Order: sequence, then structure tokens, then C-alpha cells
Amino acid sequence: MTFDEIRKQAESEWEALEASEKPRILIGSATCGRSAGALSVRLAIETELKRRGIDAVITEVGCIGLCYAEPLVDITKLGRPRICYSNVTPETARQLIGDYIINDNARPDLALGTIGDKGIEGIPMLFDLPVLKSQVRISLRNCGFIDPENINHYIARGGYSGLAKALGMSPEWVIGEIGKSGLRGRGGAGFPTARKWEFCRGAAGKGKYIICNADEGDPGAFMDRSLLESDPHSVLEGMLLGAYAIGATRGYIYCRAEYPLAIARLNIALQQMKEHGLLGESILGADFSFDIQIKEGAGAFVCGEETALIMSLEGKRGMPRSRPPFPAIAGLWGKPTDINNVETWANVSAILQKSGEWFAGYGTEKSKGTKNFSLAGKIRHTGLIEVPMGITIREIVYGIGGGIQDDKKFKGVQTGGPSGGCLPVSALDLTVDYESLAAAGSIMGSGGMIVMDEDTCMVDMARYFLSFTQAESCGKCVPCRVGTKQMLTILERICCGEGKSGDIEQLLKLCEVVKAGALCGLGNTSPNPVLTTIRYYRDEYEAHISEKRCPALVCKPLVSYYILPQKCQGCGICLRDCPVEAISGGKRMVHVIDQAKCTKCGTCLDVCPPRFSAVVKVSGEHITVPDKPIPVGVSEREKE
Amino acid sequence: MLECVFRFSARGEVNFLEKMPKRLEKIFNAYHGEKGTLVPILQEIQGEFGYLPEELFSEVARFLGISQNEIYGVATFYTQFRFTPPAEHTVKVCLGTACHVRGGADILDAVERELCTQQGGITSDRKFGLERVACFGCCALAPVMVVDDNVYAKMTVTKAKQILMEYGWEDKKA
Repeated sequence: MTFDEIRKQAESEWEALEASEKPRILIGSATCGRSAGALSVRLAIETELKRRGIDAVITEVGCIGLCYAEPLVDITKLGRPRICYSNVTPETARQLIGDYIINDNARPDLALGTIGDKGIEGIPMLFDLPVLKSQVRISLRNCGFIDPENINHYIARGGYSGLAKALGMSPEWVIGEIGKSGLRGRGGAGFPTARKWEFCRGAAGKGKYIICNADEGDPGAFMDRSLLESDPHSVLEGMLLGAYAIGATRGYIYCRAEYPLAIARLNIALQQMKEHGLLGESILGADFSFDIQIKEGAGAFVCGEETALIMSLEGKRGMPRSRPPFPAIAGLWGKPTDINNVETWANVSAILQKSGEWFAGYGTEKSKGTKNFSLAGKIRHTGLIEVPMGITIREIVYGIGGGIQDDKKFKGVQTGGPSGGCLPVSALDLTVDYESLAAAGSIMGSGGMIVMDEDTCMVDMARYFLSFTQAESCGKCVPCRVGTKQMLTILERICCGEGKSGDIEQLLKLCEVVKAGALCGLGNTSPNPVLTTIRYYRDEYEAHISEKRCPALVCKPLVSYYILPQKCQGCGICLRDCPVEAISGGKRMVHVIDQAKCTKCGTCLDVCPPRFSAVVKVSGEHITVPDKPIPVGVSEREKE
Repeated sequence: MLECVFRFSARGEVNFLEKMPKRLEKIFNAYHGEKGTLVPILQEIQGEFGYLPEELFSEVARFLGISQNEIYGVATFYTQFRFTPPAEHTVKVCLGTACHVRGGADILDAVERELCTQQGGITSDRKFGLERVACFGCCALAPVMVVDDNVYAKMTVTKAKQILMEYGWEDKKA
């Protein structure tokens, strides 16, 4: 079949679906949707449809990115816009079938928004909501709209047309188009993609390789998982284009084993590509052969570094080596190898489907296009977002993110995972692009964006990231192996209230050594969380060191819990729930916490009924409480 | 080939070992003549047996023509591989950044306390194994706990206890 025939077939399948008389129900069922309960919602829908004898089309789609509103169910009826319902439970799903599908009541109370030209009274347009309005969807163009397990859906929405076009042009033309787009590597470092491809194309030798880096190891990042689960073909088409441009014959996807659904959907996608003549020998009848294999990672963060990833693919310990030679010259099995990140590949297919100029129309002068972020932490609208480069952090946090959870105070945002930094309130108006973030001491990174509020301790954050990098250090070079360990030891001491004067200076010195001396990116960037927290939150370090106080009340050795005798009514709930039996008291007796036994788990604070609010958590202050339980009301009378 | 695995393991599970060669051979068959297959072979062995039985290292070494040392070096480098049989249920508490910020450590503390085992450990009845993981990629639903393959979102200490009970854990205090 020619590509035109393939496309016509796909389009007619898609149009038939769109014009279907039957109601369509789309369920967001990427891992995030599933863990929020999408599959039990699906079961409830199926049972209810059967019970009522309704014939409907159920499609599992990927993630539209509104994770805070999961599970999401969209319903389309012929001639009506698609309605997106949020936080659907099996119960509300059953109601929707009765109310909307049968009785045509769109239930605006349960709806999040409508998709399509026409609206429905009482329901806003989905893409006019603040959470979506400033987003631009390029790499996520199909996520939530297509069935990721049906290649025809992808093709009907323009998929593989970029490949078909490129195969009629020269590889140099493809590289030129990527060059015009200004696309830079989305894995974090931001190296211009076209230049990387040029190096690899120009490298001597046959049997070149393409690798898709899907070893998304940054804790707090899930952009690539979501993309692979929701639209695997956009990544695979990108890889085909890269292979054609470079002259590679074999490709690998190195994917974390922690992403079983992504791997399953990739496998289905590869099978469908073969069936459609899009993989293997003479792709689409052209003089271009290429094959892709999936390799599962085995759990090592450092394998996200390209030379370590190559070692791992070769079946060795994933330890980085020094560059040059760069993988573009000598990579996998010593052959020229091009490695790009999942998001980069999805952008490549979008660029070739449209054009380089079109892509370059988004973003800033030096950072073109869009960037995906996984927005998480203490923010209202957690989820996966795609924003044009140049947007401010304020717009992301307060516009898209809807502000801080529980109306707390914004303290900072962490970008770039363990390699990035924590940016303070003053950075809210910083624009998101490679240069600005680097100037502020952080990095763009792969796209983790964790929002922190007043209850987050920045010293603890630095300790957390260091504990991660220290554990993940491969141990090959001394600055990283020993340096991260030393930094972690100091940070742990500070968090335990055993910090000394001079610790901050010592940390800064160590940061400098590790940054300059480590062999690979993991080591070089590991001081960033420490450097930025000292730079922007030095007062918190000082409070820990000189006052033995954790202002955010996070560091357990520095906080204490007390039961206020004026407020305690002796109800016995905390006494019953304390896991270590550190609370003494009795009926109508003021309870007392034995500070020596207390493990500071916080259970008493959680369970104390709000009408009493008798438990307090403090750091650096002493609260006077009785030594032993006393009858309720005694302390009040004493006061009078 | 494969004859040497017919020996008693430390626990004397001779029947268990007798079944090994066939299962191992099946795994090897898929990898004849390929390069860089040590990691996937180890992954398949773990998938088949639940862990990497030490008794099989010599066979893997022979098949790939490398030393047992090298296999051990690779197997210990990656956190995925384990050298002891897993418990009936594996509880994984996520301590990714989002989970950390939203109190993942408290969940881990609570589960450690309730199961009376540390992370990386197994309960004495071999019913539960406890692990901490760096990130599941479900950050928007933090904090997250995973039991076997089931992801549980927005955890609290109380919810964690209830979930453990669903898998047969008994609250001795209650």
C-alpha cells in the first residue's frame, strides 16, 4: 500500500468514528488515570451500558495532562460537543449514562469543559480554562484525543505524513528543516538537535544507531511516561525521521522498567508499524530500512547520561566515560550513535509534519518551540503541561497551576530534578528558557517542576536531592563518589541540629570541587540543589545551624509536639492512635506526650479533632505543659 | 550444558533446582548470537524465578562467555536485581521529589513501623517485602504507594494501613 492509501483508510476510519450515531465515551487511562481509578470507572460504565441496553463506543485514550482532575471521562454525542467530566467515580459514571446519554441532561455540575466549536450552556470551553489557555500543544498534540493503541488514529491526525514527505526529499533537507526549527535537546542540556544530527551523519562508518532516551530517572518527572503512553507513534515517527537523516539502520528505545504500560503500548505500536510497512525493509517503498528494539532499563539513574546509557545497552555496568569521542562519532559498539530524548523525538515528527518555520514561530530567540513540564508538589492543578518557551514561572504557578494548595505561601519552585535548583519567590517573573534558568543557578532539565510552599524546608530539600545523587553515583570518579557523600554528611548533620559554624562555607567549597571535577553530568550538576538553596535560602541554613530550629517544621530532630493543657479535653483519640504509646492520660485528663518516647510521626496532630486543636508542632521553642496528666480544666482555673 | 545446576542449594530445595535448567534454556534460546544481552537475560531470569538464584550464574557465564565476576558486577550495579526470593507481596513506597514534598517519608515510616521491617526487608512470615523507590512517575497523585502492580494515590498513614489490610496484613494493635 502507498502512504496515500494508508492515510485514506485511516481517515475514513476516523471520520466514521466521528460521525458515529452511537455515543462515544473516552476514558483517560494512562498510568495516572489508572491509579486514580479509571479502570473501575470503565467497568462501571460497561456494566451500566449493558444493563440499560445502550450501544456505545468506549475508547481508552491517553492523558490530556489534567492529572488533578483524574479520572477523566469524555462523552460525545452526535451533533454535540465533547464534554469532559472530571473526578469521575463509578457512581457518577453511572449517573452520567442515565442523565446525559439517555435524558440529555449534560450535568454541568460534573463537567469540567467542552471540546469543539459549539458549547453547552453552563459548561465552559475546556481550552479556555486557565489551566489550558496558555498551553501550546505540539509534542502533546494527540494526547487524550487518540487511542494510543490504534495507529490509524495517529495517521488520521496527520501522523507519518512528515515521514512520507521526508522520504521524497534528501536527508540533508530533513536536517535543514530541523535546523530552521531551532529545536534543542529536550533531555535537559539543550544541545541543538540539527547540529548533533549533522555530526552523526558526517561521521565515518556504516551501521549507525539511533537511541531514544526514555530512561526518565528524575524523581518528580513523568512527561516522557505520559507521552509514550498517550501517543507512542509521535516518538517513533521522530525516530524514523532521525534515522533517515543520519543514515542509521537500527534504533533502540531505552525505557525505564518502571513504566510497564509505556513499554506495552510501544510494543503494540511497533507491531502496527510493521503491518503498515513503516518499519523494516524498504519503508513505504523507499530505499530506507530501519528497525527499532525496546530495551528495558534496570534501575540506575546515571543511565540517563548518554555514555552510561550506551554502556548499559552493551550489557555492562552503566558507568559514564569521558567525552570526546562523543557518541555521534563513536557510540554504541563504537559506531556513530545519535541519542535524543522522548520529547525531542515527538517534536521532530511535529516539525516535519508542518515545517521548521512554523515551530520556530513559538518560543524565544534562543529557545524555540515549547517545553513539557510535570507540574507537581504543593500546587492545585498538578499535571503534565506544555508551554511555549518564554512563559514566566508566575504564569505557570498561578495561571496554569491555579496557585498553591490550601492557600499557603509560595516558597519556591524546583526545576531540573537532582541536577537543577530551587528558585525563590523573586524568580517568579523569570522566563522559562535555557539561558534564564541557567543564569538563575538552575537548569531547564528534562521538565520536572516541583512547587514548594512554606511547609517545605529548603535544607531538607538539599539533603533529599543529595541523598538521591549520592546513592545513584556510579562510583567511578572521586569528586562525585566522595564529594556527594561528604556534602550529604554535612547536610544530614545540619538537619539533625548538629550543624557547626563553617558548615555553609565547607559545603560551598565542596560544591565547587564536585562541579569542576566530576566526570559526567550527574556529578557536575549534583551541587546545584545545594548551591541554589544556600544562595536563596541562606537564612534557613543559619536557623538550623545557630538556633537549632527548622522554620518550616520539617526536620524531625528539630521539632517537638506538645498537647496544650488549656485546650485538651481528654478525649483519648491521640492516646489511642499514638503508634509508640508515648502519650499518657485518661478520660477527662489532659494528655501529655513523653518527649523521650515520641518519634515525631505527627499522628497526634492529625487525629486531634479540629474543634479542640490541642496539639501543636514547634521548633526552637519550649512550651510549658504539665509533667503528668492533670484533670481537664485545672490549668484554665489556675490562670484565672 | 547446564548439568552443574543439579546440586543442593543452601536450603536443600532439590526439586526447585531440577526445574531450573529447562527454564533457563528457554531464556537462553531467545538470545543466541546477539550482543549486549546480559541485562535482558538477567531480567528474564528474575522474571521467571522472582530473583537471581546464585546457582545460575555459572550457566549464564558459560552461555555468554564472560566471568561470573562480571555478571555479579552488573547485577549488583542495577537496583532492579535482587538475590533473595521476594515476599508474597511487595510494597513500594515512592520517595520521588513530589512524594517527598507531600510527605512520602511519613508513609514509609508508618509502613516500616506497621510491618516491623525496614526498607529493603521482608516480614518474618515472608508475606510482605518493603522497598522504597525513587519515582513512579505518578507525581501528580503524590504521595504514592504501590503494592505488587497496583498503584495507590494520595496516600495517608491511615490509608496505607487499610491497604495493607486488604493484602492480608493484621493490625496486631487492634
